[in-house]
Amino acid sequence: MQRLKSSITLLGLGLLAASPLAAADPAPTQVGFVYVSPVGDAGWTYQHDQGRKEMEKALAGKVTTKFVENVPEGADAERVVRQMITGGAKIVFTTSFGYMNATEKVAVAFPNNFFFHATGYKTGKNMGIYNARFYEGRYLCGVIAGKMTKSHIAGYVAAFPIPEVLQGINAFTEGMRSVDPKAEVRVIWVNSWFDPGKEREAALTLISQGADMITHHTDSTAVVQAVEEKHKENANLYSFSYHSDMSKYGPKSCLTGTTHLWGDFYTRVVKEVMAGTWKGTNVWGGMKDGMIKLAPLNAAVPAPVKTLVVKLEKEIIAGKLHPFDGPVIAQDGKELVPKGKSMTDAELGGMNYYVKGVASTLPKN
Amino acid sequence: MWLRIEPRPEPSRLMRYLSPLLAVALMLICGMVLFKVLGKSPVEGFKVFFLQPMADRYSVAELFLKATPLMLCAVGLSVGFRGNVWNIGAEGQLLVGALAGGGLALHFPNSQSPFLLPAMFMAGALGGMLWAAIPAWLRTRFNANEILTSLMLVYVAELMVSWLVHGPWKDPDGFNFPQTRMFQSKAILPVLVEGTRVNAALVVALGALVVGWIFMNRSFLGYQMKVSGQAERAGRYAGFSARRTVWLGMLIGGCCAGLAGVSEVAGPIGQITEHISPGYGFAAMIVAFVGRLEPVGIFFASLLMALLYMGGEQAQQYLGLPYSISKVFQGLLLFFLLGSDVFIHFRLRLDRGRK
Repeated sequence: MQRLKSSITLLGLGLLAASPLAAADPAPTQVGFVYVSPVGDAGWTYQHDQGRKEMEKALAGKVTTKFVENVPEGADAERVVRQMITGGAKIVFTTSFGYMNATEKVAVAFPNNFFFHATGYKTGKNMGIYNARFYEGRYLCGVIAGKMTKSHIAGYVAAFPIPEVLQGINAFTEGMRSVDPKAEVRVIWVNSWFDPGKEREAALTLISQGADMITHHTDSTAVVQAVEEKHKENANLYSFSYHSDMSKYGPKSCLTGTTHLWGDFYTRVVKEVMAGTWKGTNVWGGMKDGMIKLAPLNAAVPAPVKTLVVKLEKEIIAGKLHPFDGPVIAQDGKELVPKGKSMTDAELGGMNYYVKGVASTLPKN
Repeated sequence: MWLRIEPRPEPSRLMRYLSPLLAVALMLICGMVLFKVLGKSPVEGFKVFFLQPMADRYSVAELFLKATPLMLCAVGLSVGFRGNVWNIGAEGQLLVGALAGGGLALHFPNSQSPFLLPAMFMAGALGGMLWAAIPAWLRTRFNANEILTSLMLVYVAELMVSWLVHGPWKDPDGFNFPQTRMFQSKAILPVLVEGTRVNAALVVALGALVVGWIFMNRSFLGYQMKVSGQAERAGRYAGFSARRTVWLGMLIGGCCAGLAGVSEVAGPIGQITEHISPGYGFAAMIVAFVGRLEPVGIFFASLLMALLYMGGEQAQQYLGLPYSISKVFQGLLLFFLLGSDVFIHFRLRLDRGRK
């Protein structure tokens, strides 16, 4: 009897195992994340960590996750990635550009593991890359700025003139000038991804130069906070946040922000890897893919502008509107993209110029 | 009843060498208490933090890899520190060394010469010395405080690296990202143990420790520096040049830091980026003092420092503790060391019966 019971149980287990529902490995898959800065409560790394948590929740019971924060982008990265693997991780996400070569080296050394590197350009048999089209959100922020500015000047606090940052500045400018052809954008480079002191000072400088729409491509909340302070003196001074929804740092003055959403992407690729269906990843996802989104609009944004933004957002998602639809004119007057065409991904990837409407000059190489 | 601190008539020589060990022991005890308070098992915490980074061949090799630049910078700094020359700018000298050595590698992308690597080390040493020569000159010529000038030059060096990798030295095939090309194979340091990253730079660092020991303990120049450092006037009466002490202290520190820079770019990194050093030049100051400004001590202190970095990584992965845990341990170590040192030179006295 006892034996019969157990064989029935075994049979049952066998059936269960054969059914697709139970096909997942009983031992949870371990997924590691390497972060370039402390998680904190807003910013680039914070958004990745939110993504990690969402993925963990979506795949509850099937995955465990771990992370190492503040890993320098020099020689240390390779060791951390490697030790994640030897410590049991099946999949590792490295979330900063500077981890590219380290990730590639470890990927070659561990062909049965899977690696995903954010914002880089090297791929492999077991190494995928991913990034998001942040410029789509920037364009929409620019449209709002163009509708709401009184001084026709926007200020932009930026970190380093790499393509991703230039795409943001140029998309913001294109968006702003699509509704306010007089508008100009002034840029201050702070040469750091995270330096609240310098970011704040740059924002104040831009404000004193007359800019009333301020945004940033840096990691702290300093710019949004500086604008919130100055909003008391100038009621038409507003900010747009980046990476995270920073409205709690600028409840009156932060109109919206380009937020990064990695959770769905993480869930999707981890699922693919676990199911054995992964075929390589080279994702550059935008609003369509749910990888970026505008933060909820501030009550200060008038209803017609809201309607316009919602409409444009739909057009971007439908592929009818591209922030770099021709004609795109460079700062020096040269036509970059003719009317009727849109900028290609390759052209976007090599962006090293300002478009017309940016009033500053790019630091010369 | 009063507590009074008074100088000891004769600081114990034995305690001078025992105090780092005492500091390590106190740090460990404090750390275990900390683990307990954070709700982790102290034994488990100790294992993960201090034993796991030495658990296998790869990890031990990583320990030596991480310790190499610390060793190099610290031994160079210790020469100056003994002579009361306060070079705070090893980080900048390291960066300029990396630029000089790395620049050579980029300039000869097709060279097959076996002399390329030695030449890179030469260039790195010269670069570091050049950067250290500026504060030395300002000090000897204008009596400008080298603590300030050498520190400020760190920021200049960082900006120089940033400018080069964003500008003239940017990899033309690198999609505009701030980095140079990868170095060619003849410009990469050979690995010492297959399957690990520990490379020939360790040999250079060990060599520097030996040379440093000979210089400090067996050469007349080293003796002069020690005398000038411990008793400046005595040095002057003996006819030892204070200027020479400054120059030597700065240049030797710069030379070693420059070598450390090359060991990083030609070693585990293999190119120049903005992230050559996570602050080795500054951490090396702690290493130099924990090592009692002695090469043998520096050898062990740099390994300990590397262990603290790596233990922090492990603690994040296995205990879910934040990265600041390694900073806490570094702080504890330095605190207890300085604390022990106070009691080597001073003692507490109970004053009874006096108001």
